[in-house]
Amino acid sequence: MRLIRRRPDITCRQAVDLITGYLDDVLPADVRSRLETHLADCPHCAEYIAQIRAIIAISGHVETDELTPRARETLVRLYRQTQGE
Amino acid sequence: MDGSRSEQALADQDLVSRLRTGDEDAFVAVVERYHTQLVRLASAFVSGSGSAEDVAQETWLARITGIDRFESRSSLRTWLFQICVNRARSVGEREHRSVPVDHVEASVDAEQFTPTGAWTSPPAPWPDWSGDPSDDADLVATIRMAITRLPGMQRLVVTMRDLDGLTSGEVCQVLSISEANQRVLLHRGRGNVRASIQRAVTGR
Repeated sequence: MRLIRRRPDITCRQAVDLITGYLDDVLPADVRSRLETHLADCPHCAEYIAQIRAIIAISGHVETDELTPRARETLVRLYRQTQGE
Repeated sequence: MDGSRSEQALADQDLVSRLRTGDEDAFVAVVERYHTQLVRLASAFVSGSGSAEDVAQETWLARITGIDRFESRSSLRTWLFQICVNRARSVGEREHRSVPVDHVEASVDAEQFTPTGAWTSPPAPWPDWSGDPSDDADLVATIRMAITRLPGMQRLVVTMRDLDGLTSGEVCQVLSISEANQRVLLHRGRGNVRASIQRAVTGR
């Protein structure tokens, strides 16, 4: 067990700023590892990233509107016109 | 997700070949897959659902007449989205509507932190969402609404990345923006969505 707690390498604000790059896996290795150290030490930033991950996961369940029969009919007519030319 | 994406790319490739031979069923299949996504994209630039629908229709027209110019190094969807965004931009400009620009707003995170970079009010824990979130219709609806309320470019980037599942490279191509800019817009957009959910969940 360490007696002297290591001073956090980056601040919470910096950690939050890095999260999108982290999730896209584009951070340089040293920055990534400093962020991971921070996330392991800081429950607030860990909560923040968990919330962002949850939002991304749930956003994937937002469905697009269904194509209306009217829009489909219009587009098929448009298609037939161009094919007939 | 990656699996279904590559399946989709394969299916798109097949549809492109069939479109080149004038196969109407293939056209209907592509329309079924992407039309409402195009309308959603266009609505960030033009006013009224009618204009957005028109832009999406014109996109299809360009698609049909330009099918031989399509090169498969770009995905069918990216190509369609790009045509749609370009078209919607010029219609929006003609409507004198303030078209979203790739302007990067001042940090919305600033007030959440002390000058030394610590949280002023740390994120409050949320309910456990480890179950299947699609079972929670309210939650999905809240997120959808929060995304709808985002400023134009943030809305476009979040919609394409998190709802439609495009890669960052594809979004940059569609919107003609840099990777760095795309990331800032995504970051701000997701942060704003989180803040909306925070208010809905915790009342603050």
